Amino acid sequence: MVVMGVDGGFADADSADPGFIELDRVEKVFDVRKRTGFLKRERRQVRAVDAISFSVARGEMVGYIGPNGAGKSTTIKMLTGILTPSGGRLRVAGIDPSRERTRLAQRIGVVFGQRTTLWWDLPLIDSYRLMHRMYRIPDARYRENLDRCVELLELADLLDVPVRQLSLGQRMRGDIAAALLHDPEVLYLDEPTIGLDVISKARVRGFLRDLNAERGTTVLLTTHDLQDIEQLCSRVMVIDHGRLMYDGPLAGLHEAGGGERTLVVDLERELPPIEVPGARVVRVEGPRQWLAFPAAESAAPLVARIADGYPLVDLSVREPDIEAVIAKMYAGSAAGAERAAS
Amino acid sequence: MAEITEPASSASASAASSEAAAPASGSRLAEGLRAYRLIAGMWLRSTMAYRASFIMTTFGNFAVTALDFVAILLMFSRVDALGGYTLPEIAFLYGLSSTSFGLADLAIGSMDRLGRRVRDGTLDTLLVRPAPVLAQVAADRFALRRLGRVTQGMLVLGYALLALDHLHWTALKVLLMPVMLLSGCGIFCAVFVAGAAFQFVAQDASEVQNAFTYGGATLLQYPPTVFGRELVRGVTFVLPLAFVNWLPASYVLGRPFPLGLPGWTAFASPLVAVGCCALAGLAWRVGLRSYRSTGS
Repeated sequence: MVVMGVDGGFADADSADPGFIELDRVEKVFDVRKRTGFLKRERRQVRAVDAISFSVARGEMVGYIGPNGAGKSTTIKMLTGILTPSGGRLRVAGIDPSRERTRLAQRIGVVFGQRTTLWWDLPLIDSYRLMHRMYRIPDARYRENLDRCVELLELADLLDVPVRQLSLGQRMRGDIAAALLHDPEVLYLDEPTIGLDVISKARVRGFLRDLNAERGTTVLLTTHDLQDIEQLCSRVMVIDHGRLMYDGPLAGLHEAGGGERTLVVDLERELPPIEVPGARVVRVEGPRQWLAFPAAESAAPLVARIADGYPLVDLSVREPDIEAVIAKMYAGSAAGAERAAS
Repeated sequence: MAEITEPASSASASAASSEAAAPASGSRLAEGLRAYRLIAGMWLRSTMAYRASFIMTTFGNFAVTALDFVAILLMFSRVDALGGYTLPEIAFLYGLSSTSFGLADLAIGSMDRLGRRVRDGTLDTLLVRPAPVLAQVAADRFALRRLGRVTQGMLVLGYALLALDHLHWTALKVLLMPVMLLSGCGIFCAVFVAGAAFQFVAQDASEVQNAFTYGGATLLQYPPTVFGRELVRGVTFVLPLAFVNWLPASYVLGRPFPLGLPGWTAFASPLVAVGCCALAGLAWRVGLRSYRSTGS
């Protein structure tokens, strides 16, 4: 038996087995019934998650990305015990989530971006008080955690406001605090920054980064926003059509996807398309030009080369759209599979 | 500081899980009641923060149900008996049905919102908390104002007991009174839970559920003699609402039993209630399991 303190921390991170969250060929198949006539119905099976395997070590911060309907939320729902997998083996902290849902609930925190886990019509503090009792959090621990969240997430003025009156960003911060009062070892966040303004996003990201660094909380987040991943996660997993397409550092994702970044330059005046090695002009609009270059390469030498030969006024770099990268990656793997088959 | 022990290997993990599952059923009930108490208590405190509003809504709840009985009084200003039952006898049936339904409605009346929770996905948020989902759904929006209906039912029942002066009370009949109310409450609770379980499959079925709960309670306010034989049969053998008041009340009032049923059926209500709750609990489990495998 391995005994570990609630405080977790880095001391445990080294000794703990790498498979704190472990998925082995996990599948989720849905029966979709479509009405085709007045009473006729067509049954079709949809593989929302198709034999996914990965493992996450204690204290890791992992981004889980993919287009809509890729199977992200379904995976999170299986990891939290909401959904029962159709096949494969799944363990979180040694617990089978679907079989021991309530035991697991004591050890995980979940934040759904789209819906709140707070009691909608009641003041924020009422939800927290209830969590305190429901999770059997020791009084001193509860007070300490609540104070910390209130301070770092700037909730002091919101505690007596009914949840329904909070703005999206305020509610999200309230939800994150609620998910952390019982010192969860894992925090799942499903689209934590969706619909938030820039300031709220920055605040949420900063808080999560500190949480991971100071408490060693394992964080798994799904997102549409590549910046979330860039600023928070050392590791990213890409899922599409229920399959794991990529698992590694973010930088490698651009290479794997063969993605291109875009350099937008403003010149002093309208000029013919810039000719520079390592990039090609994809669009010209007056004095502004768009150049595509491989995402894996640094923009600095390219900028230097352009500044040498052209009257540069301003410039910006645009990251490749994540959906585009994934689409490309998916097309690539499909082609690869075909080649392998023939 | 609590220390959490983690099973070192998957083998010991599965052993631990089967150990945990064995004594679970008893502690699950305790856990459910605890969660219910916590959530209902929270809603109660929040209601009490606005005392004036609480008093007014409770009175409103009382007044609406009271008008319901006034309709019966008006009917009796024209006729002396309904299906062979006098006004005090009808009031007896009415009071029993209204009180036991009111108690069930007070305890778990919020369950008819389950379909909405399934549709908008908020049921998922209950599944990530360390408490049985049934208790969380049942206690949600616990509204003490529903005491209005219970109060009205008890007042009508009190009137009936005073007016039924020709009745010969025995110890058994007196004992049957609380047994009837509790069994009735249990049967109605089972209907609420079964209806909610059905909403896992059909999310718009809350109206169907209302037909059985509110509709059933209204049906029982009238004597079985005014209804067709088939309906009485259905309410006895299919959905055993007759055990809420018709059968035990027949014994107390000394009336012939509906469908010529034997006299012991008057005392079967507690067993029927336990059976109904067990079946409803089973239906709930099936419903929740299907939700967790389909996610919709």
